[in-house]
Parts: sequence; structure tokens; C-alpha cells
Amino acid sequence: MKYQNQESIVSHLRLKTSPRHNLGDVVFKYTTMIFALIVLSLILLMGYEMYQDSKPSILKFGWSFLTGTTWDPVQEEYGALPFIFGTLVSSAIALVIALPLSIGIAIFLSELAPPRLERPLSFLIELLAGIPSIVYGLWGIFVLVPWIRTSIEPFFSRHLGFLPIFHGAPYGFGMLAAGLILSIMVLPIIASISRDVLKSVPQTQREASLGLGATKWQSIRLILKDAKSGILGATLLGLGRAIGETMAVTMVIGNRPTISYSLFDPGYTMASVIANEFTEATSSMYISALIEIALLLFVMTIIVNMLARILVWSVTRSTR
Amino acid sequence: MSITPFVPSWQYYRRKIAGATMLALCYLSAVLAIVPLVLIFFYTINRGVSYLNLDFFIQMPKPVGEPGGGMANAIVGTLVLVATGSAIGLPIGILTGIYLAEFGNNKFAYFARFMTDVLSGVPSIVAGVVAYGLVVVPMKHFSAAAGGVALAILMIPTVTRTTEEMIRLVPHSYREAALALGIPMWKTTMQIVVRTAFRGIITGILLSIARIAGETAPLLFTALGNRFWSTSLDQPIGSLTVFIYDYAKAPFEDWNNQAWAAALVLIILISGLSLAVRVVTRSKFVQR
Repeated sequence: MKYQNQESIVSHLRLKTSPRHNLGDVVFKYTTMIFALIVLSLILLMGYEMYQDSKPSILKFGWSFLTGTTWDPVQEEYGALPFIFGTLVSSAIALVIALPLSIGIAIFLSELAPPRLERPLSFLIELLAGIPSIVYGLWGIFVLVPWIRTSIEPFFSRHLGFLPIFHGAPYGFGMLAAGLILSIMVLPIIASISRDVLKSVPQTQREASLGLGATKWQSIRLILKDAKSGILGATLLGLGRAIGETMAVTMVIGNRPTISYSLFDPGYTMASVIANEFTEATSSMYISALIEIALLLFVMTIIVNMLARILVWSVTRSTR
Repeated sequence: MSITPFVPSWQYYRRKIAGATMLALCYLSAVLAIVPLVLIFFYTINRGVSYLNLDFFIQMPKPVGEPGGGMANAIVGTLVLVATGSAIGLPIGILTGIYLAEFGNNKFAYFARFMTDVLSGVPSIVAGVVAYGLVVVPMKHFSAAAGGVALAILMIPTVTRTTEEMIRLVPHSYREAALALGIPMWKTTMQIVVRTAFRGIITGILLSIARIAGETAPLLFTALGNRFWSTSLDQPIGSLTVFIYDYAKAPFEDWNNQAWAAALVLIILISGLSLAVRVVTRSKFVQR
């Protein structure tokens, strides 16, 4: 007898009919895998493409591209520091405003709100995240900027005008407007991911602290401590969005490549200089310099997003 | 034996007050979050509605100075761009999602999943620059096809991850039942699992379409924009978003008003898609 017992028959049959031996299954698996490979190689392709296109600029300016403050297409001299400065400052303003609010919303959604309120509010926040950035920009030009010019900036220069960040004429268009509009745009991202992170903290944590006589807020503070790295991740995701945001910022920041400490002054960001000048760039060195800025932006957002994902995953995955 | 009555200490009051204050701040921030949403919707509807008429949908843009006109070409342009982007992005996204869900327990898949999430954070303007290098430079002119490529890059991560998540929600017993009947795995996946998760996958597709329909930055130097009628993939093409951008910057009040009308159309389109998603996802397997 070939087969000693039933078990070996079964295992033999399983071998014969196992996915490995079915041609359709093999083809299916590797076809889908090829598509996964395409997605993976897409990132490499994007980086390679931009590196190739920006080579003339990289070779000519080297590291001084990052520290140069002159942006002069006529003289063919390109330094990206004003744009890097603008991107970092406007994103920083956005985070300073949005972070406390987002954490408050996340706490409200995950710890305080009854389900009846939580669902519609979550939906509204999703809607806020879904509004196209061009609509934010349109609203920024015609509603936010006039309001900043007539109310916010006069208020600050009257009461806090001695601080260098509130110097200058109330012009409306500028760093403050960009920071404000970015804060509205990153708020839903930070809030919704922080909510997910808070929700993934085990229920027993809440019960334990409340059972020991903690007030609701003391118990929330313990939960926040557990969720710390996840909230940091959510913040970084918001930062990534703020760094790369183009249209809304371009429409309100004033687009002037200067480094100024006043929030009232116009600035320029990496994304908005690409959006504004790419179609007007005539010389190949000009285009190459703009693509190098895009490459910088790409690398920055990839690093920020990698850190963010690792942090968010470490919290939401381990508790599953 | 007597029980000492509970005498609250000052610490007790302090933590009560601190708690109440912080909770009030949380409530306040929830209210504050709604303010910009209400303001944006209010202004867009308020200013958009009065300029939204039939002409907007069926007329072509008029030259400067002539009142009236519409954005028929831009509406069609947006549709063409979204369709092109979807034609490239959806198959890649869906099949990658299927791979990650069904064969996704190895290091390669973990890495692919991670990089997909990272890709979703890449700024849209960067996708435009890449599409410029990949399509516009070899073709030597701007084209709708280049815009489609840029939009495809942007939609792939969303489609991939939602497809994967929706397929993962399908109960394991479904697969086991099909396999026990002797159906090969690929047929099980395509005809049982994917079909069960179909509504969820549609959700992901709608969400990603909503996302790319509102994109502007990647189109600026790929599809460029076009004030004339065009549906050719080979030619520059207008889109609602680029029109809003040009018309918002223009110093003509009539154009500014049309920008608001276009923004209203866009918001209705995108909110409508999100609402449709809400309705579609009220099924058994895709409940959140």
C-alpha cells in the first residue's frame, strides 16, 4: 500500500490541491503582487525622476542651494532658504493653533461625547477635511484676509506691537494668513487620528483610574499619557500636510521671497513657488531649480510621514 | 463605632475645578472646530448661489469684459481628468489592495503597506512635478493625459488602503466555505470575497474620486487649463479647480463671482460623494 493511513492520504491530497499547485492561484498571486510592486516602485520612480530633472541645479549650486537667500531668475541665481523658512514658519503657526484645539476635539469625541453627538461631529470634521484646498484659498482671499487686515492685525499691533513678530503694516496677505488657513486645514487630520489613537487605549485604563477615585479629567490625563506617541504621530501627519499644502497658501501668503520675522509680512513657501513660477519658468536652469525644491519637499514630507506612520502604528496596532 | 463624615479638602475642590475647566475647554474646542466649516459653507453658498445659473453649466467662458458665460468646458474637463486618473489609478490601487489583504502577511507586504501610507502624504504639487517630467517633457506640450497621470498618483494610496481594509472585514468563514467546496483560491477571492466587500471598495473609490476632483496644484503645469472646448487627452484641458484659481486672482468682479459659483459646484459634488459614501457604507460588513 502506498498510503499507510488516512492522514497521509489527506496530506497528499492537500499537497495536490494546495494553492501552490493551482496554476490560476499562482498567476493570481503574482499578478496582484506585480501591482503592489508598481506602487512601491512609484515612490522610487518619483524620487529618481525629480533627481534627474534637478541635476543641473544640484550640480551648479550644491549645498548652497539650501542656504542661499537670493532668488533671481534674471541673474540665474537660486537659493531656496526664503521658501524653506516660509514653509517651516507657516507650518509652525498652523500647528501652534491647531494642536491644542485638535486634542480638545479628540478628547471630546472619544471620551465625552454621547454617540448621538459623536457621529455627526465626526462626519462634519471629515467634511472639513474633504473641502478642496482651492476653496479654502478662495475663502481665504475674500473673507479671511480682509478680516485679518481690518481686525486681527490692528489688534495685535496695538496691544503687542512692541514684539518684532507683530511689526509692520497690516497688509492682510502674509505669513499670519497662511498660518491661520493651514491651521484650519490640518485640524481635521490631527483631530481624527488623535481620536482613533485615544479610542485604542484599553477601556480598563479608564475603569481603573475612575475606580480609584480620579476625576474624569485626571483619568483623561492618564489616557493622554498612554496615547502620547500616537498623538505625536498625528501631529506629524498634520505637519506633513501643512508642509505640502499649495493652493490655499499660495493665494494668501503674498508670495514674496523674503525672510522676515514679522508675521504680518508676506512670505513664500516651497510649494507655492513651484505653483506660481513653474509655467513661467523659461530657462532650463530655472525649471531645474524649481524641481529641486519639489525634490526637497518630497524628501521632507516622506521623512515626516514615515516617522508619523511608525508612531501611529505603534499605538493603534499593539492594542488590537 | 462611628463613621467619620467625608470632609472635602481643598485639594478635592482644586481637582474638581481643574477637571471642570479642562472639560469645558474640550467642549469649547469641539464647537470652535465647527466654526470654520460653517463659515466656509456659508460664504460659498451665499456668494455662489446668486451666480449659479443654467448658463454656468452650458456656456463657454466669455472673453474679459463680456459679462456672463459659463464653465461648460471646465466641467467636462474635470470629468475627463478624473476619468483618466481613475482609468490608470483604480486598477493599480484595487489589485494592490487585494494583494495586501489576501497575501499580506510577509515582510514585502508590510513594507508595501507602509510605503503606500507614506505615498498618501506626498504633496499633490510634487505629483504634478513628476507627471511633468514623465509625460509633459517627452510629449513636449501640456496635456490632459499628463493631468490624469498626476491625479492617478494621488488616488492610488487611498484606493489601495480602503480596498485592503474592506476585504479584511469579510469574515474568514466565507473563504473557508468556498475553499471547502473546492473552489480555487483566486476564484474565491474574486467571486466571494471581493463581491462581499464590493460596497466598501466602491466607498474607497468614491472617496478617492472626491479627493482628486478637488485637486488644483498637480494640474497647473500638466493639464494647464484651456478656455476652449477640448476633450482630447493630447491637448491642454480646463478644469473647475484651475478656473477657480485663475478667476479668484483676476481683478474682475464678474470672474470672482464665477469662481464662487464654481467653488459651490465643487463643494456640492464632493460633499455629495461623501454623503453617498455614508449611505453606501450602511451595510453589514463595512460598518465602522
